[in-house]
Amino acid sequence: MATVHVENIKKTYDKGSVLALDNVSFDVKSGELFGLIGPDGAGKTSLFRILTTLLLPDGGHAQVAGLDVVNDLWKIRRIVGYMPGKFSLYQDLSIEENLQFFATVFNTTVEKNYHLIEDIYVQIEPFKKRLAGKLSGGMKQKLALCCALIHEPKVLFLDEPTTGVDPVSRKEFWDMLDRLKTRGITIVVSTPYMDEASRCDRIALIQKGKILELDTLTKIIGRHAQNLYAVNADNRYQLMHDLRKPAEIESSFAFGEEQHVTLRTPENGENYLIDYLTQTGHSDITVRKIDPTIEDVFIKLMLENQ
Amino acid sequence: MKTFFAFIQKEFRHVLRDKRSLVILFGLPVVMMILFGFALSSEVKNSNVAILDYAQDDASRLLIDRIDQSQYFSVHQKLHSEAEIEQVFRKGQVRLVVIFPQNFQQDLLHSNHVQVRLVGDASDPNTSNIVINYASSIFRDYQNELSNNKKLPYSIETETRMLYNPQLKSSYNFVPGVMTLILMLLGAMMTSVSIVKEKEMGTMEILLVSPMRPLLVVLSKAIPYMVLCFIDVAIILLLAVFLLEMPIRGSLFLLLAESLLFILTTLSLGLLVSSVVDSQQTAMFFSLVGFLMPALVFSGFMFPIENMPLPLRIMSNIVPTKWYYSIVRAIMVKGLGFSYVIKQTLILVGMTVFFLGIAIRKFKIRLA
Amino acid sequence: MPQPVIYTHQLTRKFGDFVAVDAITFEVQPGEIFGFLGANGAGKTTAMRILCGLLSPTSGQANVAGFDVYRQNEEIKKQIGYMSQKFSLYENLTVRENIQFFGGIYGLSRQELKDKTNVLIDRLGLHNEANKLVGALPLGWKQKISFSVAILHRPKIVFLDEPTGGVDPITRRQFWDMIYEAAHDGITVFVTTHYMDEAEYCDRVSIMVDGAIAALDTPAGLKKQFNATNMDEVFLQLARGAKRGD
Repeated sequence: MATVHVENIKKTYDKGSVLALDNVSFDVKSGELFGLIGPDGAGKTSLFRILTTLLLPDGGHAQVAGLDVVNDLWKIRRIVGYMPGKFSLYQDLSIEENLQFFATVFNTTVEKNYHLIEDIYVQIEPFKKRLAGKLSGGMKQKLALCCALIHEPKVLFLDEPTTGVDPVSRKEFWDMLDRLKTRGITIVVSTPYMDEASRCDRIALIQKGKILELDTLTKIIGRHAQNLYAVNADNRYQLMHDLRKPAEIESSFAFGEEQHVTLRTPENGENYLIDYLTQTGHSDITVRKIDPTIEDVFIKLMLENQ
Repeated sequence: MKTFFAFIQKEFRHVLRDKRSLVILFGLPVVMMILFGFALSSEVKNSNVAILDYAQDDASRLLIDRIDQSQYFSVHQKLHSEAEIEQVFRKGQVRLVVIFPQNFQQDLLHSNHVQVRLVGDASDPNTSNIVINYASSIFRDYQNELSNNKKLPYSIETETRMLYNPQLKSSYNFVPGVMTLILMLLGAMMTSVSIVKEKEMGTMEILLVSPMRPLLVVLSKAIPYMVLCFIDVAIILLLAVFLLEMPIRGSLFLLLAESLLFILTTLSLGLLVSSVVDSQQTAMFFSLVGFLMPALVFSGFMFPIENMPLPLRIMSNIVPTKWYYSIVRAIMVKGLGFSYVIKQTLILVGMTVFFLGIAIRKFKIRLA
Repeated sequence: MPQPVIYTHQLTRKFGDFVAVDAITFEVQPGEIFGFLGANGAGKTTAMRILCGLLSPTSGQANVAGFDVYRQNEEIKKQIGYMSQKFSLYENLTVRENIQFFGGIYGLSRQELKDKTNVLIDRLGLHNEANKLVGALPLGWKQKISFSVAILHRPKIVFLDEPTGGVDPITRRQFWDMIYEAAHDGITVFVTTHYMDEAEYCDRVSIMVDGAIAALDTPAGLKKQFNATNMDEVFLQLARGAKRGD
């Protein structure tokens, strides 16, 4: 049975004028690490708030661990852990005091569930007397995770835990989630960073309140095989401009040091691109046919949905 | 229960670690007491008086001496014509001019009818009223002395006595006033701001997702502020008794009990505000304009309610500060017992239950 | 060699015992897109504030657009544009009002303001949104508008502090198109980001670790130096040794 079951959830704001969630449906299996991937304003936070009983949906149903998010409010609040998008601990309390306070709020003690947070907590323990407001981004995040875990939740909802955090701390954070998964906790996490998709068991790509795709990373990428080429030349600025001109080229987006280009006709793409760029006066041209990344897929889906 | 104590402990930590809230909580009452006690005192001491003495006899000289010796006045200058009166008032040199007519002593002793004119500067009506009252009492005293010596057949004695506050000390007015204002402001503002702060910081989101019941959240917010406000009552009373030498005539226990009730009223107002607003600024604005202003205007502390037009008089009844102010005055100044403040007490109880009820009903178990 | 538009030598800033910026030395050339990377707390924000004339250094030298950061910070402010993810635009003003307000701050004349506002609205394709409140627009659009506003007065340098956080992949790239345009027009771009693919779009990249610049080169040079296939690996190699957070 699904640990999180979402069925045609709809949410609007400002008397229906702003559509935040448009008939969203998905299931998260027990023990799964599920990623909701999409930009700011895609509806991720609204979805989390509905699943954590903070908001009422305008339509549809949702269950967490078999409990209804509208009717079984108090039962759900006992079994979920939630880390909101904004850092939401008491800045004027120390690490220790925050943790103890949230343990008590959930009717438990730090000692009782220490085993759950131990390997995260030891990293911040040397600073346990420090006020939460004075911690670094990475440390705040670890403390927030400890506070969300302290009552041994069955399901953990993490809303953009890695936003604004540097790549090293992000990587550490995902490593922590991997270890939590081995304890059987179901984790639903949202992120605007496409590259984090590879850390999830399954992902949902979400944009403007709609789920664009939902599956494992490999399957999603497999489903969206494209005529995709990585192109490079010495004058980057000129290259970007020239790749936008021909009708033959469907799209061209910068990806790191290269441009990812899709063509309308599948045959002889490499030759076409090399010829075209040579004619327009580029040098050091490299063209490779590549498999799409999840970000290529996201862009493709966004263009299709426009 | 443990949750409850953890919450209260946390709340105390917030307050004790925030210098600004400490200053407001404990600095404000002290500053207000000292300001009202000394700087802004409406008592009249050593007011300058000018004398226009047409009589120049023993009786007028004696009275001039008495005026000069009283603690309220000092004779600033002697005038020589009525034309000078306006001049001295214009220059703001004196608050009062006393005019003795010609043949003052003679008329006083023989015709039993004499008129002394007291001219006050009514551009500040309150002060001039007080000044003229004080001056009149000096003349009355003198008249009494004379009438004791000679029994006059048709003399009617009039006597004005200021009950409860014979020296007209203004602290009798403002200590209850300051108590009312401070409790109103702190109770409503500190509670509402502290709850709204949790909304702003996002911590309310986590508390909501916890199994903690809304009622418990509300109560655990209210109790620390109740204790802190109570400490303020103690500070104000200590300052009143020891610094301003104002006695508490009635029962101290009754006074504290009534104060506790009023603190509950203000806390429930604070909770009510916090359930409808979303930013600390709005909460503060609400408390200042919505509660402090009416408290100032309608408690009877600054402006006498009896002199207001009927609609305002009716309106004053819904302001809780009016009732608490009258309770404190009754107990502290008049020394009255519980039976005299039952009505006010019941009104405050009613208001508290009403506000608290709405606040709890309005407390959202969800974000929107 | 043209005069560098940003020049620092042994630039240091201490907060008490804490050395936030530790003797950094680098130059940025006119028209360059300079990526300023580092872990949270490495000292990026402090360094950027010094260069914007908002904070005085403790020691060392720094020149921005030819002005000294110690004495001429008011002149510096006239020569730069600034945009961050946190403070961008007034949410309760319309797009047009925001553009006019920020242009007005930099002393553009009324006619100039009117013309530039129209050109900008044209270029961003915001005709339908020009009179809408900024608060109602998606994040990506806000960021594009606030970048345009930051370069409205044609500054010599524009400082961008994590301009693309949380923005969707297409808008993020459109944003970088705008950065390229600005650089092409001669505006020097000084940018911080947590997206490592964006580091590749920069002409040169510096990576700060514990207050010091641990590496500075072109993306290709850095990848070669650290024997890495992408900037992510370079960053991880350098920042993993970091000792402090912010």
